[in-house]
Amino acid sequence: MAIDIKLKVNGTEHSATVEPRTLLVHLIRENLSMTGTHIGCDTSSCGACTVLIDGKSAKSCTILAVQANGKEITTVEGMATAEGLHPLQEGFHLNHALHCGFCTPGMMLRAVELLEKNPNPTEEEIRWGIAGNLCRCTGYNNIVKAIQWASAKMQDKELPSTEPEFV
Amino acid sequence: MIAENFSYAAPSSIQEAITMLHEYGEDAKILAGGHSLIPMMKLRFASPTHLIDINNIPGLSYIREEDGFLKIGAMTREVDVEDSELIKSKYHLFGDATKLIADPQVRNFGTLGGNLAHGDAANDHPAVMMSLGASVIITGNEGSREVSLDDFFHGFYTTAVEHGEILTEIKIPVAKGRFGSAYHKAERKVGDYATAGVAATLQFDESGVCNRVGLGLTNVSPTPMRVSRAEELLMGSRVSEQDIAAAAKMAAEDCSPSEDLRGNVDYKRHLVKVITKRMLTKALGRAK
Ligand SMILES: Cc1cc2nc3c(=O)[nH]c(=O)nc-3n(C[C@H](O)[C@H](O)[C@H](O)COP(=O)(O)OP(=O)(O)OC[C@H]3O[C@@H](n4cnc5c(N)ncnc54)[C@H](O)[C@@H]3O)c2cc1C
Ligand code: FES
Ligand code: FES
Repeated sequence: MAIDIKLKVNGTEHSATVEPRTLLVHLIRENLSMTGTHIGCDTSSCGACTVLIDGKSAKSCTILAVQANGKEITTVEGMATAEGLHPLQEGFHLNHALHCGFCTPGMMLRAVELLEKNPNPTEEEIRWGIAGNLCRCTGYNNIVKAIQWASAKMQDKELPSTEPEFV
Repeated sequence: MIAENFSYAAPSSIQEAITMLHEYGEDAKILAGGHSLIPMMKLRFASPTHLIDINNIPGLSYIREEDGFLKIGAMTREVDVEDSELIKSKYHLFGDATKLIADPQVRNFGTLGGNLAHGDAANDHPAVMMSLGASVIITGNEGSREVSLDDFFHGFYTTAVEHGEILTEIKIPVAKGRFGSAYHKAERKVGDYATAGVAATLQFDESGVCNRVGLGLTNVSPTPMRVSRAEELLMGSRVSEQDIAAAAKMAAEDCSPSEDLRGNVDYKRHLVKVITKRMLTKALGRAK
């Protein structure tokens, strides 16, 4: 039994015919050919597949494509605008918050919602806020710095230094 | 990983969903937040032939005090509980618990109804709700019935929700006067299921005598449990340091953990004792 669905991805309307068991992440990667959303664990643990559904961060490996019917999805491909990179993308870039980059799209989309709800989070709030996103490379410190940098940028505050700290 | 094939429907009323459950029979399942069910279906531990998605049914998500009860709609998400001013002002154990349940993405979807209806002693809300003396409203073709959480958990993944029924509301007696509650679980890593968890609720009358008590345990028994012996000890007492120590000892004795990757039996009993002591002390502090 295939089902017709309609959804908006990064502002563009898409329709698709899917089996109910199709996962949202597969719809995004395979039907829509947007491969910025990654599959890490495929068991709801790592957050690499995080997208926004109506502004809420979600693990798209644990959501059925049919559940996204009528919803607005944002993936990493939708973060930058004609004006340039999203402040989080800029923050990750300048603060060296990625090495292999596998976790990065999910990490940034999670941070979008975090900063939306809490524009000025403490370090502790950031760490709890990204608890569902695993990074096997960076050790997280630079990711926290990147999110702090983006938080400052988005509020037109003085930008923290992006110089690496040597300890 | 991809689940076995199934059909999918998203009804827009409770009655319609109940009718579908009857129509499709035993192999139909309700889809709430999906964050227990979909992982199980992907691993093919569960293979329902029909999924009935209740996310489009309006009016199942709310948190309000009414007629002497705190009422929580079954489709209320963890994140709604985290953000609720009413919960934050009075029912502190929810804040303690939600922070430790999975992670923000899972909490955006997971529902309180689903957390109970899943019937897993590893979930956190069963112990939380038991310590609050909660009951649930279960709705079916014959109308609604109320079941105390004490009679709700029948075994591994089985609850009082019969086929053709939907859990629609959770009902908790409101907090009155000096009321304090706390929850904590030991976990191997953030977002993990509990190695052992304890929910404590205390309420005192004006003279400082305990007139409401609940002590629920997570993941240290085949079905979620409360520690009745310790509750009886504390009820009517002033909850002294000695009372707390005695209650903690009873909790450790009365639970029945099994050895698994999270630890052996002695270790888990020890955790129950330590956490019970800490949570009762914390609830007492909050009841000031
Ligand atoms: C990575 C990860 C970590 C997690 N960690 C924790 C944790 O630490 N603590 C914790 O408590 N939970 C944890 N969970 C589980 C999570 O909280 C689930 O969301 C919750 O257990 C189930 O709620 P749900 O709404 O997602 O239910 P679903 O997955 O939709 O449903 C679960 C079961 O309940 C039934 N059901 C659901 N709603 C109803 C209803 N209203 N009436 C009748 N039957 C119903 C379904 O048919 C199904 O059998 C974790 C999940 C993940 C993916
Ligand atoms: S791939 Fe979805 S959480 Fe890891
Ligand atoms: S940069 Fe490699 S996993 Fe995070």
